[in-house]
Amino acid sequence: MKLDQVEKNILFEGIFQKFGYDFRRYADASIDRRLEHILGNYGLNNLIELLNHIFKSQDNFREFIDLVTIGTTEFFRDPEFFKAIRTEVIPHLKTFSRINVWHAGCSTGEEVISLAMIFKEEGLQDRTTVYATDISEAALKVASKGTYDLSKFKDFNKKYLEAGGEKTPSDYYTAEYGLGRFDPSLLKNVVFSRHNLATDSNFIEAHLILCRNVIIYFNRELQDRVFRLFATSLSSQGVLTIGPKESIIFSKEGELFRSFQNQKSMYTLKRVGL
Amino acid sequence: MIVVGTSSGGVTAVQQLLKNLDDKLSMPIVVVQHLPDHSRVAPQTVYGNHTTRDLVEVIDKMPVADRTVFFAPPGYHLSIEAGKYFALSQEDKVNYSRPSIDVTFDSASDIFHKSLCAVLLTGANDDGAKAMARLSQEGAYTIVQDPESAEVDRMPTAALKLFSPDFVGNIEDIAHHLNNLVEGNK
Repeated sequence: MKLDQVEKNILFEGIFQKFGYDFRRYADASIDRRLEHILGNYGLNNLIELLNHIFKSQDNFREFIDLVTIGTTEFFRDPEFFKAIRTEVIPHLKTFSRINVWHAGCSTGEEVISLAMIFKEEGLQDRTTVYATDISEAALKVASKGTYDLSKFKDFNKKYLEAGGEKTPSDYYTAEYGLGRFDPSLLKNVVFSRHNLATDSNFIEAHLILCRNVIIYFNRELQDRVFRLFATSLSSQGVLTIGPKESIIFSKEGELFRSFQNQKSMYTLKRVGL
Repeated sequence: MIVVGTSSGGVTAVQQLLKNLDDKLSMPIVVVQHLPDHSRVAPQTVYGNHTTRDLVEVIDKMPVADRTVFFAPPGYHLSIEAGKYFALSQEDKVNYSRPSIDVTFDSASDIFHKSLCAVLLTGANDDGAKAMARLSQEGAYTIVQDPESAEVDRMPTAALKLFSPDFVGNIEDIAHHLNNLVEGNK
């Protein structure tokens, strides 16, 4: 079944006007597949029926947000990235007395935990505040609990070690009843809150921004907006990190940034006047 | 645009295919191959000795370009957007695969319609078969490797069960066939 693009425009316009969430500048192919999937799940025939369903209640809308967004994530995803955080970014962050981290699009929080482990081991936890944000309240609820199904821990040890960890990763959580519960102190300086990259503005001056495998779901126009938002949210020496298959080079805002110490997917602001 | 899907046996098959393509054939080629999520081998290393075309692993929002072979990065689905650029995503696996051949082929068909040529080669699962059948109905040009000549015949066999492609042959036949496709039929 092919989606009717006029109906899709009506759906997203309706959602924007009623709830303030803006999906109008998401990349078409992946969101179309999500919408087809949702129609199938609900047994609905078209996007107008879906609009009616979403408009019926706030709960229906929240469920839609959870279904339409893609929250794929894992602990120490791309271990070489977390290794570069440890070896290249951490020494840079150690030069600041207070550190603000913005984890944009944190989903269910696996990478928030991964980063928190590194910050704790490197002695940075107590001078750091992490703002972990996502569009999905359901995802944030999971993230703030710090408790995950044990199936999620399959490659945890291996990836922790690949990411340059030298402690015993299982010391960070206790396993019971099929769940792994992280030491709550890991998340003590983490603030979870809803933030929508498509509509919301800057709210902190960040020394490190992580936004990995999030902007792939946006079209070029929305990517441009997000890069401008990041540029205005970074401190003058702050570091922006994006996913390994994402780049600033196809964005017209790419010139706002320069590579951070020649690290892949890591950027810092171009200095004014240079 | 030419899209190529393959899994087991795909490296050798794609090497052979690229080696036998004429320089005159300029249209963009997109290869979707099942690899472990964390494979780290650059296309240039694997295919550089077999072709003079540009070989690139796709980065999100990269524009489609002639004379270039684009490879789907392991762990991501690869789609094509209306502005003729690539988009990556990480929703669930399709046919146990990410990248999924079905996903890329369907998406390419949405943009290129009848000026798409889809090629399905050796492989050990059924990914790609359904999209090939749909594309064929929608008027894309479809080519399936002769299962007899495939290192693993399951993928081409699955496709041939669903529809009759425009051409069936071994890798060299397929390359010659592509060379003879009318230029401008992108």
